[in-house]
Amino acid sequence: MTVPILSTQADVSLEIAAIADQHDAASPGAQPRLDYTPYRSAILRHPTKDLHHADPETIERWAPCFGPQDVDPLEADLTIQHSGEPIGERITVTGRVVDGDGRPVRRQLVEVWQANAGGRYIHQRDQHPAPIDPNFTGAGRILTGDDGSYTFQTIKPGPYPWKNHRNAWRPAHIHFSLFGTEFTQRMVTQMYFPGDPLFALDPIYQSITDAGARDRLVATYDHNLTVPEWSTGYRWDIVLSGSHRTLMDDEEPDA
Amino acid sequence: MSTLPTPGAAPTPGQTVGPFFHYALPYEGDAELVPAGSAGAIRLHGQVMDGAGVPVPDALVEIWQAAPDGSVVQQAGSLHRDGWTFTGWGRCATDRAGHYSFSTLLPGSTEPGAAPFFAVTVFARGLLDRLLTRAYVPGDALDADPLLASVGPRRDTLIASPDPQGLLFDIHLQGPRETVFLTFPGR
Ligand SMILES: [Fe+3]
Repeated sequence: MTVPILSTQADVSLEIAAIADQHDAASPGAQPRLDYTPYRSAILRHPTKDLHHADPETIERWAPCFGPQDVDPLEADLTIQHSGEPIGERITVTGRVVDGDGRPVRRQLVEVWQANAGGRYIHQRDQHPAPIDPNFTGAGRILTGDDGSYTFQTIKPGPYPWKNHRNAWRPAHIHFSLFGTEFTQRMVTQMYFPGDPLFALDPIYQSITDAGARDRLVATYDHNLTVPEWSTGYRWDIVLSGSHRTLMDDEEPDA
Repeated sequence: MSTLPTPGAAPTPGQTVGPFFHYALPYEGDAELVPAGSAGAIRLHGQVMDGAGVPVPDALVEIWQAAPDGSVVQQAGSLHRDGWTFTGWGRCATDRAGHYSFSTLLPGSTEPGAAPFFAVTVFARGLLDRLLTRAYVPGDALDADPLLASVGPRRDTLIASPDPQGLLFDIHLQGPRETVFLTFPGR
């Protein structure tokens, strides 16, 4: 296909709208379309053949284990990794990781990374001329609890420009890496903040053509998590795909 | 194999790993499931390529595998490896030449006669969701493998090839040699 060297937001928005119009109920679009070319980097990096249906073999019905030796509880606070206080709005993010059958994903690794309050990553390839915050790295790890819960403290990330097209801006988001109880549930995704005006313009968010599925990436503001005179709170639950293994008694949710 | 009922709760969608994961996901020793050069260690390596045959320098490859005796390891310690515990899991970001490399052990058959393989996950900037595949260990057991029998002429994309240090397994996201990527019931 031919793609303009540098499209405008209007061009990309038209492409987004055209694909949304094709959206049909038979293919629900609950996962991102790999061939979503409004996201230009996808053009040469998406498989063109259908994914091959497979039954999970033994190794695929298990997941790697992580434990207390892997994750320091302090890694769940992204605001205390340096000598000073990071700039920005302190937030708590919490939720549960469950599998598609509603079972909590216990004692499993959650990894998060994000831009700082100004929308700048510490990554050397981030060229956005917003300031680096010497007191904020933006990477954390959490081990889920027995109820599948995770909680971390951070700074609300800012939106940031990228070079997908002219004047392209990503909605504010936090990247999440998740493991389930089996290999097939491995997932990397992004959590967004409610009411972001950039949602409609963002080809990565819009690559999920089902509106209900897109909504599941948006956290909920929860005033009960907000700490007086200190921080605001967001809740975001994550549902992995179904599992294929008969879990042991001690893995059952209410055993 | 027992299969649980189709999930009721709607799954959370995936999203691309993006370009900026390098300061968060890779860590010291991530690709060394066993110390390189230790007894029994093999190298599993290859390149991740795009549809133009250009190496992908911002991909992340993970492997998950059985132990040499075919057992499924359920040992913590992948993030802070002690040099003695084999956890069966590793992670490697591709370098500027799109190359990844693991030091590990050969997986064994999880059932008598089953073809051993590395379960492989691929993430990359430009890849809107993770891809899952298998890197089979070459050998006689491949002939009876049900998955390989079902994929037709593209079966070779799933089989690692022997090289002096171990096994070579290139991953083509697109193009004439596009790797067979897998989807499992329930997603
Ligand atoms: Fe990002």
